[in-house]
Amino acid sequence: MPSGTVSHGASGRLRGLFLVMVLVFLEGSVFTVAVASSDQHSPTTAHSGGHKATDHGSHNNTGKAFPVLDLNYENVRVPFEISLWVLLASLMKLGFHLVPHLSNIVPESCLLIVVGLLVGGIIRGTGETVPPVMDSKLFFYILLPPIILDAGYFLPIRPFMENLGTILIFAVVGTLWNAFFVGGLLYGVCQIGTETSSILSRIGLLQCLLFGSIISAVDPVAVLAVFEEIHINELLHILVFGESLLNDAVTVVLYHLFEEFSGIGSVTLLKGFLGVISFFVVALGGVLVGVLYGILAAFTSRFTSHTRVIEPLFVFLYSYMAYLSAEIFHLSGIMALIACGAVMRPYVEANISHKSHTTIKYFLKMWSSVSETLIFIFLGVATVAGPHDWNWTFVTVTVILCLVARVIGVVGLTFIINKFRIVKLTTKDQFIIAYGGLRGAIAFSLGFLLKKEHFPEREIFLTAIITVIFFTVFVQGMTIKPLVELLAVKKKQEAKRSINEEIHTQFLDHLLTGIEDICGHYGHHHWKDKLNRFNKKYVKKCLIAGERSKEPQLIAFYHKMEMKQAIQLVESGGGIKMPSAVPSTVSMQNIQPRPPTKPAPERAIPQLSKNKEEEIRKILRTNLQRTRQRLRSYNRHTLVADPYEDGLSDLFLKKQKMFQIEKKLKEMNTYLTVPAPPPDSPTMCRARLASGKHTDFKPDQVQKGNKMCSDPQAYSIKPASNKVPMIQVDLASPQSPDSVNLLDEFGQANQQEEEEQGLMMKPPSRPREAKKPSEEDEAKDPQKLMRCLSDPGPSADEDEDGAFLP
Amino acid sequence: MGALQSSPGRPEYSDLAEKTGFSFEQIGVLHKRFKQLSHNEETLRRDNFNEIDDLAFNPIRAQIIEAFFDRRNFHQNGEGKVQEIGFEEFVVVMSHFRPPSAHMTEEQRGKTRREKLRFLFNMHDTDNDGTITLEEYRHVVEELLSRSGTLEKETAKCIADAAMLEVASISVGHMEPDEFYEGITFEHFLKLLDGFEIESRMTIRFLNMDTTTLCK
Repeated sequence: MPSGTVSHGASGRLRGLFLVMVLVFLEGSVFTVAVASSDQHSPTTAHSGGHKATDHGSHNNTGKAFPVLDLNYENVRVPFEISLWVLLASLMKLGFHLVPHLSNIVPESCLLIVVGLLVGGIIRGTGETVPPVMDSKLFFYILLPPIILDAGYFLPIRPFMENLGTILIFAVVGTLWNAFFVGGLLYGVCQIGTETSSILSRIGLLQCLLFGSIISAVDPVAVLAVFEEIHINELLHILVFGESLLNDAVTVVLYHLFEEFSGIGSVTLLKGFLGVISFFVVALGGVLVGVLYGILAAFTSRFTSHTRVIEPLFVFLYSYMAYLSAEIFHLSGIMALIACGAVMRPYVEANISHKSHTTIKYFLKMWSSVSETLIFIFLGVATVAGPHDWNWTFVTVTVILCLVARVIGVVGLTFIINKFRIVKLTTKDQFIIAYGGLRGAIAFSLGFLLKKEHFPEREIFLTAIITVIFFTVFVQGMTIKPLVELLAVKKKQEAKRSINEEIHTQFLDHLLTGIEDICGHYGHHHWKDKLNRFNKKYVKKCLIAGERSKEPQLIAFYHKMEMKQAIQLVESGGGIKMPSAVPSTVSMQNIQPRPPTKPAPERAIPQLSKNKEEEIRKILRTNLQRTRQRLRSYNRHTLVADPYEDGLSDLFLKKQKMFQIEKKLKEMNTYLTVPAPPPDSPTMCRARLASGKHTDFKPDQVQKGNKMCSDPQAYSIKPASNKVPMIQVDLASPQSPDSVNLLDEFGQANQQEEEEQGLMMKPPSRPREAKKPSEEDEAKDPQKLMRCLSDPGPSADEDEDGAFLP
Repeated sequence: MGALQSSPGRPEYSDLAEKTGFSFEQIGVLHKRFKQLSHNEETLRRDNFNEIDDLAFNPIRAQIIEAFFDRRNFHQNGEGKVQEIGFEEFVVVMSHFRPPSAHMTEEQRGKTRREKLRFLFNMHDTDNDGTITLEEYRHVVEELLSRSGTLEKETAKCIADAAMLEVASISVGHMEPDEFYEGITFEHFLKLLDGFEIESRMTIRFLNMDTTTLCK
């Protein structure tokens, strides 16, 4: 079977790839045609739609015939082109994964840039001007926010906060160092200048510094794109990624600063000082704006219980508003977005429904994925389009300086940082951090924004920026994966978060806080604990609706886990497989403490011979195991019909009931009353055969005058009653809530029995008889228990027949 | 550095420094704290710990305090509880939380891990029998949730049961329906928290400077 599926898979993929290529080709041709026709909408030419256009023209002249089929591209042009671009991007993404092995060798970002180059080349080849797609407005207001929001919303808060100091130092000090180093040295090189480059010597110091600040920022888009595929350990990922996010503030400040200065032409100390102040304003202001919008969003989500459908919309809108509001004041939009996403997430997730949560997750992933693809394609197209001015010296010096600056920066800073870290950064870590400093589209867009009047050397800059981007994305992006393998850098641990780890994480938190208090110094844990308490006491009450506000984190985690497993269970088709992380046959029964065993002589059943007992036990055990498996699954994941529904409290009520029932079951001893397997199962047949041989069963029953078991072969389905534990295993049946009730009542019935030896099945007391008919109606599902399989034990009451009559 | 070197009891310090791996300055700081907590007496009692205000909010406060008086944590192979501890025991218990030094061999790292996990294990295993039974684990979870207001006993039990089930699944794997999983032994505990990176997580920063005057 494996070979079959593989070959099928391979041929399927090739087929798919072929289809995609055809689609792309078709679309590409339509696209070029569309671009062409947009420039020539005169009725005379247009090779699209051909003769129809001339018809149109002639119709205009005659004015009589009614145009049955008309062509009007202009109205639809803009949305049409946008959709074409997005479609192209998505098809590309599709195509890459269909090509076998390609995605393992080359990172997606490289492929996309190549595609962009191709598309740009095709467009230029057909003689048209390449559309200026890399418009900065488009980039900063449409393409970038989804990616950043996705990153911010799903930012792993714990490792981020733990390493915040390190991240900030890399982001701020590292970027400053890079900017000044590259800018300064570049200026020096330009001044030294060769004979050929009198152009270069015209580039002033400020321009060089501006260029340095543009080129030195590590780009979150590129980092995300590459690091996602190499799966390195969480620490390195969060360090590089966090740095790429937080250096936006520095970039914004430096950019505006140097742009200002270049415009004016003089620098005073006061201005420099103001620059430093503005850095803090930009960074903290951005964060503040983000936090504000985040709180608003959380507060709004508190009231959405009646309009669940628009919940995701609030998340997106508030975040986007945060970004735009920050941009109004020239604050750091990226930091605002990150802060907004990170702040609102815990509260919003406690308030919104499960479906909304899924929607948000998938929309964010979808948008950020499309954005990323588009950005890289546009980079390729813009490379073909943009006015270039290649200057060997400038470009090569830039590339080299960038690399050198990054390495020196990382090594130097790590040396300082390691003095303050508990977990030191090793050389391997430093190498990955340095190597992972990729530049990307943000640098290009910032360069594109430069005005030609102030910066006559704009083209040189752009060319150099593009070269650096290409270098980092292609060379570094492609080689980082093999290097990671080669250096044996620790990879991301795929282990799922288990309940034990969660318990111990919490335990450790409290333990370390306690030890810090005993030690007497207010450290990291102390403040974190204080923040948590503040959060729990005041903030959660405002921002989370209803009862969830008081839910401690451990319980929330447990609920989430249960939900996940419940969904898994439903998806796997119900109790056949165990949806557990570790396949095992350990069940709840194994860990519950055993009740004290009853002394044997009190049981009045005759002794079965040893091996007969063994056989019986084995049969029962096989049945039992399956039951236990089923029971266990249902225990953990409930009998409630729709796990997607809201109403966790219902879930838990029912689960509690199940627990009680199981407890009662266990206490009814090892031989155990089991629900009979379905009539035609092999076990059933085996049991039938077995009981045929072991007629010892009969005497037991006969002793008690139980007419029922006179015929052990007749494993007929009788509507056995409430004496018998019936586990209605009907997941999706609307009856299930009722069946739980049934069992609960049974559970209560059993309680009386336990007073004796926990073995018997006393018939229910008289008052319950009234309930019997209704219960029997409900218990129609043919999973009734065969009395003979049970160990009846001594029963004083002989009146059992009545109970079994249908 | 100069001032501390002239402090009394230095030969004692070097002994302790050897044993626990703290530096002289850190031991000096801890000694000051010890004196502060014990009101300048020679030994600490449980009431001294109870006086620390910051501990009042801690849900597992009782267990933390008990850990200080548990002979198993004194590295002397003793067992049972004591009523009061001296400075040496105080430092030894604190040494469980020392950050791992920069250059450690794999073996040393393994040893540190076992030590720290042993400390945690001792905290859970209150009756000293070498296993954490279901009851004890339930107690742990209940304590953790004790400060959160709405404690539903049933939920705490469910969580503890689920956790225990997980341990059993990971450690034992296959069990007959009538077998009984006695409890988490130390080996199972090690296996359970294998990916937990305890040697770097279970650490606090011990200062070389004295900041105790800044806090209560």
